[in-house]
Amino acid sequence: MSKYSLIKVKYMIKKDLVIIGGGPAGLCAAKMVAEANQSCMLIDRNQILGGQLIKQTHMFFGSEKQYAKTRGIDIAEKLVEDVKKYSDLIDIWEDTTVVGLYQDKVVTVLKNERYVKIQAKAIIIATGASEKVLAFENNDLPGIYGAGAVQTLMNVYGVKPGHKIVMVGSGNIGLIVSYQLMQAGVNVLSIIEASPKIGGYKVHASKVRRLGVNIETSCTIKKAIGHENVKKIETIKLDENWKEIEGTEKEYEVDAVCIAVGLTPLTNLLSMIGCQMKYVSELGGLVPIINENHETSIENIYVCGDASGIEEASSAIVEGYLAGLHACKKLGKFHPKNDELMNEYHQQLTNLRNGPFGEKIRIGLKKQGVCKDVS
Amino acid sequence: MRIKEHPILNFKEERKVIHFTFNNCPVTGYEGDTIASALHALGIKKLSESMNLKRPRGFYCAIGNCSSCRMIVDGEPNVKTCVTLLKEGMDVKVQSNKGEIYD
Ligand SMILES: Cc1cc2nc3c(=O)[nH]c(=O)nc-3n(C[C@H](O)[C@H](O)[C@H](O)COP(=O)(O)OP(=O)(O)OC[C@H]3O[C@@H](n4cnc5c(N)ncnc54)[C@H](O)[C@@H]3O)c2cc1C
Ligand code: FES
Repeated sequence: MSKYSLIKVKYMIKKDLVIIGGGPAGLCAAKMVAEANQSCMLIDRNQILGGQLIKQTHMFFGSEKQYAKTRGIDIAEKLVEDVKKYSDLIDIWEDTTVVGLYQDKVVTVLKNERYVKIQAKAIIIATGASEKVLAFENNDLPGIYGAGAVQTLMNVYGVKPGHKIVMVGSGNIGLIVSYQLMQAGVNVLSIIEASPKIGGYKVHASKVRRLGVNIETSCTIKKAIGHENVKKIETIKLDENWKEIEGTEKEYEVDAVCIAVGLTPLTNLLSMIGCQMKYVSELGGLVPIINENHETSIENIYVCGDASGIEEASSAIVEGYLAGLHACKKLGKFHPKNDELMNEYHQQLTNLRNGPFGEKIRIGLKKQGVCKDVS
Repeated sequence: MRIKEHPILNFKEERKVIHFTFNNCPVTGYEGDTIASALHALGIKKLSESMNLKRPRGFYCAIGNCSSCRMIVDGEPNVKTCVTLLKEGMDVKVQSNKGEIYD
């Protein structure tokens, strides 16, 4: 008999508010909720809270208000510390995966191989994002990894992904992870970028270039070669219409390839519960339609952070605060500084999204239905 | 494949050694490793085979999103080894089918 048949659904726990995901967005939502004297349950499938921040050894860009110039790992520590202060109000369930979400606001989770049901009145979804894949011949060979995976392997577990690596994608993530690969002692042979321009910030590009890494633009990966592992890759140049230019193929001997072509919101729980969704390429793919209060098309289901559209940790933090404030306000618990904080956070979001780098986000948010925090 | 020196992070060498088997061969990792990170440190990148064409698969996301790292652990199939912590005495095998419950 399998051990699965022994597991019985024993519990139906009742909670006013359940927050799914303990990255910066979920942690900040929990903090606000506790400050408003509202209890909640914070669930994360990882053993450690902090989301993507726990692997980010670089100093963050952005504004001081969202911990810029602090390393991601230190921001995570700070945010987790804030939440742990409220142990009487915030019930933290780590190492617990939410596997189902239903219209009557029942959340089902897998914890210690047990299936547990939780009845909530309101739910904040802050599940973050997942990495995109790229289509090319043999893209499934072992040794071809997402950039976040490489970062996790190196910075959380202390294991190098390989010795000789090519980075595909020159956005901020591709540039930062390349630099971190070098810090771990990995040889980065090249960074290739399909578009004619480098995607990420100039500071990050200059940093890797100073260490002698070439960033080749208008160039893509054509195929990977190998049997059990990737051994070589072939790249090819692209013309102004993104067509491959024959005769420009180049081979690299590698033992790992890192794919950094962007993230897409992790929205399967939102789709499962039937939230209205929309494809907005500027925000990374399928996103929930939300109102100005971060509420989805279903009442009392909120979303914040990368799960509602790919931005940055800084905006995830502020969105988390706002979702927390709005959710507990509707449950009848007001934060003592509710109005002041709401204004402040809405202003911070507008500022974060200002300027040329925020343009894509501004267009995306308007398509998603958010008009308030964009100027 | 372990990082020995790092300008920012400190990976302790004196971590507890964990013994486990990979395809019946005795191997070791460290306390705090996931199954996939321990295997990768040993240079083992192929974790499963695709269901129909039996193509080799390693991990891809390392945070539990994609299922590319599924293996048979202590007889249980479809274990996401990138988010499962390594434990003493684990029996880890490459998975090459949809997964059955093995008793
Ligand atoms: C390499 C890299 C560099 C970056 N650099 C910067 C930077 O310099 N500045 C900046 O502002 N931003 C940066 N970012 C972006 C930033 O890390 C993210 O925008 C931010 O972490 C998003 O926060 P979040 O809380 O929405 O999601 P996440 O941090 O992804 O957290 C989501 C959490 O939800 C949990 N979860 C998901 N599904 C479930 C489920 N079903 N059940 C239970 N738990 C679940 C996950 O385990 C995770 O802990 C960078 C990102 C990367 C990858
Ligand atoms: S590598 Fe994606 S789930 Fe493990």
